[in-house]
Amino acid sequence: MNFETTIGLEVHVELKTKTKMFSPSPVTYGAESNTSTNVIDFGFPGVLPTVNHEAYRLGIMVALALHADVTKYTHFDRKNYFYPDNPKAYQITQSEQPLARNGWIEIEVDGKKKKIGIEELHVEEDAGKNTHGDDGYSYVDLNRQGTPLIEIVSKPDISSPDEAYAYLEQLRKTIQFTGASDVKMEEGSMRVDTNISIRPIGTDKLGVKAELKNLNSFNHVRLGLAFEEKRQSEILLAGGQVRPETRRFDEPSGETILMRVKEGSDDYRYFPEPDLPAFEVEDAWIKEIKDAIPEMPDKRRKRYIDQLGIPEYDAGVLTLTKEMSDFFQDTIEHDADPKLASNWLMGEVSAYLNANKLDLLETKLTPENLATMIKLIQDGTISSKIAKKVFQETIKNGTEPKTWVEEKGLVQESDPAVLTPIITGILDANEQSIIDFKNGKDRAVGFLVGQIMKQTHGQANPKVVNQILMGELNKR
Amino acid sequence: MISKDQVAHVASLARLSFNDAELNQFTDQLDQIIEMEDELSQVDTTGVKPTTQITDEINVFREDVPVDDGISRDDLLKNVPETKDGLIKVPSIIDKGEADA
Repeated sequence: MNFETTIGLEVHVELKTKTKMFSPSPVTYGAESNTSTNVIDFGFPGVLPTVNHEAYRLGIMVALALHADVTKYTHFDRKNYFYPDNPKAYQITQSEQPLARNGWIEIEVDGKKKKIGIEELHVEEDAGKNTHGDDGYSYVDLNRQGTPLIEIVSKPDISSPDEAYAYLEQLRKTIQFTGASDVKMEEGSMRVDTNISIRPIGTDKLGVKAELKNLNSFNHVRLGLAFEEKRQSEILLAGGQVRPETRRFDEPSGETILMRVKEGSDDYRYFPEPDLPAFEVEDAWIKEIKDAIPEMPDKRRKRYIDQLGIPEYDAGVLTLTKEMSDFFQDTIEHDADPKLASNWLMGEVSAYLNANKLDLLETKLTPENLATMIKLIQDGTISSKIAKKVFQETIKNGTEPKTWVEEKGLVQESDPAVLTPIITGILDANEQSIIDFKNGKDRAVGFLVGQIMKQTHGQANPKVVNQILMGELNKR
Repeated sequence: MISKDQVAHVASLARLSFNDAELNQFTDQLDQIIEMEDELSQVDTTGVKPTTQITDEINVFREDVPVDDGISRDDLLKNVPETKDGLIKVPSIIDKGEADA
């Protein structure tokens, strides 16, 4: 028996705002415990929430970038549950009328394109963070409590772990380019829950699904789902039944492990949030937000290939993050050659970032300085060997390349009037090399160039040196 | 009719525990309340928009600017029974699956 797989993904994304969803506490990352909190986050009696305008705006922006229909009339709802990470014992979310519905993104797996539907997106607040001590107690930090989140629920269109991976990649990239979130799994600004069921091919009724939690990377999602496909099909082939359960991915074994069997449906007793007014989203506001969405990665990629002549693979790498793509854009706007700018960003810059575990914007490199350096290489002012030195200096210290090159005397010597006497001098001192050259030994040329470079401290323009040297050799 | 089991379920969701006599008492009372509310469902509400809140306010937003209300962490933690290094100390949390954001 063969099976087909149905996968659903619920993705939570932290919106990049200065304050929380329903309180004016600052949103921070890594601040001292419970310092980015106020009476609203602590759920004190009598406090009232207020809706963060920017969070709602960013939510709409993400919805539009995902081609969803923004809901005109909405309100918030209470989702009731007891847990120490949320002292008021309910989460303010949108249940009845989510922010937006019916979105989609396009993914590509093995060269095949597919549209994946998005059921709905809603804005809500995050909970605090629990740490579990080894002393039999748990500890709660409410700094994260109230951080604006958007939850994105996919339609059951995803039919393989690879598609799930591609969906997450495309979703992350799209949201990253809106600038609405950092979407970093490792920092928790993007979190993924998934569910999966299988059924015999050709049958209509969806199988019993298992939920997967504790997924720390896209790859864990893919591996966990692949394991589940296998586990569930083995159960069904043995004549058994899949139970509705929540499982977690265990990295060392690559397996999913049972957390709990789900009994009955969750009972959150939703009701409309009475402390907040309703919303009527104006068309003019939607248009304003739509106009403010930065150009999306797929469009940029196409433009780089078609208009700038960047190879397809390189254009893909340049549009992986908005930072890289914007940086590239800025660099060529400072008159750097697009291909050279692309090569530097993908080569030396990426290598530097990897080696130092930095993000592009954490370095002191500016598009202007990179462009200046590229122009210095192009007009022959510096050699590509010297350029590497200049690059290290400017990315580490933000130094302006042109002034630095001049101050340090690193300008390449291209003047024949300066180079010719040096070259003839070296030829005079190396009679044997001239004889070797005349006898067809090419190695002699390499030796002579080496001598010239040594005497000019590597600053002679190799192209000019070569020309003069060959001319002089042929004269003798 | 609301059943005793339903009342017990709602009580457990609210982390309340009742003895049998209390459960019977609340089942009776809730039953009467629901019966009374059922009368409301006889009103024809065709074409009436659901009421989600009782003020007529709409689109009230707060600007995204941090505000320091001057209440320190120490003051906020005064109502917390036990703290450690600025953290709220609570009995060990066993994951009951309720912490879904």
